[in-house]
Amino acid sequence: MSTYFSRMGDGSAIEVTAEEIKADLIEGSEDAADRGNIPPLSKEEYQHLLDIFTTRAKFVSVEPGNEVILTYDAGTLKIRRVGVNADRTLALQIYEKLLGADTMELSHVDYSYKPVKAIVGFEQPVLEQALLSTHVPLFYGAQPNLGLYSQPDGPFPNPAELLPKGDIKGAQASYEASVEDLVQDIVYIAECMIESGADGINLDTTGAAGDADFQASLLAAEQIRAKYPEACIELGMAGEFVLGMHSELTYQGERLAGMYPHRQVKMAEAAGASIFGPVANTNTSRSAAWNLARTATFMKACCEAASIPVHPNMGMGVGGVTVNDHPPVDIVSRSSKAMTEICRLDGL
Amino acid sequence: MRGAGDLVARMQMTRGMKIKEAKAYVAEKLKVGVAELTDPVIMNEVRSELGLGEMTPVPGIAKGIEAKHNIARVLDLDINCVRKFKTRTGG
Repeated sequence: MSTYFSRMGDGSAIEVTAEEIKADLIEGSEDAADRGNIPPLSKEEYQHLLDIFTTRAKFVSVEPGNEVILTYDAGTLKIRRVGVNADRTLALQIYEKLLGADTMELSHVDYSYKPVKAIVGFEQPVLEQALLSTHVPLFYGAQPNLGLYSQPDGPFPNPAELLPKGDIKGAQASYEASVEDLVQDIVYIAECMIESGADGINLDTTGAAGDADFQASLLAAEQIRAKYPEACIELGMAGEFVLGMHSELTYQGERLAGMYPHRQVKMAEAAGASIFGPVANTNTSRSAAWNLARTATFMKACCEAASIPVHPNMGMGVGGVTVNDHPPVDIVSRSSKAMTEICRLDGL
Repeated sequence: MRGAGDLVARMQMTRGMKIKEAKAYVAEKLKVGVAELTDPVIMNEVRSELGLGEMTPVPGIAKGIEAKHNIARVLDLDINCVRKFKTRTGG
């Protein structure tokens, strides 16, 4: 019986039969359908994924004309992370001219809105000068990172200490107070960067600290949109569903805790976001086929529900990509092709 | 910039266009086919003719903010930093 090269979610190599791939595709899609209360993939879509996984080529791609664009998070941070000692404007030019990036994002190495607040006056001239020498649309971005607003990093009592003591009301009050401060910080920095000429504001990894983090991001997007009707606001998620750390927070009457991508995107739209970046997490102990079918199921439902462009997060540990610092091209290209062709998405 | 990805991105970012609509809009403005938007040979010629910025910035061509002035005009688009450039230079 013929076997095919593939990988597990942790990137380790495996040899699998077409029957094993197909079984994993169905199981992965049905897992997403069950969790999100959304339809699983169709028989035709399973067959399409099977064709992608049984292609012997190392690198696969879409047909000409079906390409999508790429938006990046934290590009100027990542180039320092890999030890390239480039100034941030130089980093933007490297991405643009050497890597062919469609868009780029200027960011501070401490990638959260709160620490940027104190140095925003030093960030603006960097953005302004970068805008003079680059061509692609340039975002300014950071993470909401609500965790920075509780003790010992911030002013409010730490919910992670209050909850084990049974002080649920105290923890909820802390989250609610943190939301107010976080919204102010995000909006302040967004205003500064838009006034300096930014093409867009990226709220990256929203919901990382749970429903309060997501609520703050939505409220901030709403305020930015009200002041700047033409500005681009990209809102990208931290995980595939919203953790209910507070559990009772709402936005426009909808409870945020437990929301999956197809419902998250409606919240992002209501808040005025221009582009939404949903996430599906990779399970390292399941196969790439299982993970990709599961991801495609979530993303297809999200794209069908969306009226704004959708750019799913694709990279280490998300979007059907293996959990590796340097993801293998065989899986990255298969995931990218499958997501683009099945989900009808607008970018990655 | 090897093709027209930055231009398609601008339409998504400023007009909220989905990918098909954004590519069709840019293709029409550049007078090329949708499948040609990612062809680096064709697009380098188009970008050169229209002054939209090129991967290899030979002497004398529009670069950086200069190219973005042309992008705004060709795509009939408001670009934030171009507008601010004009305001700050009295343009």
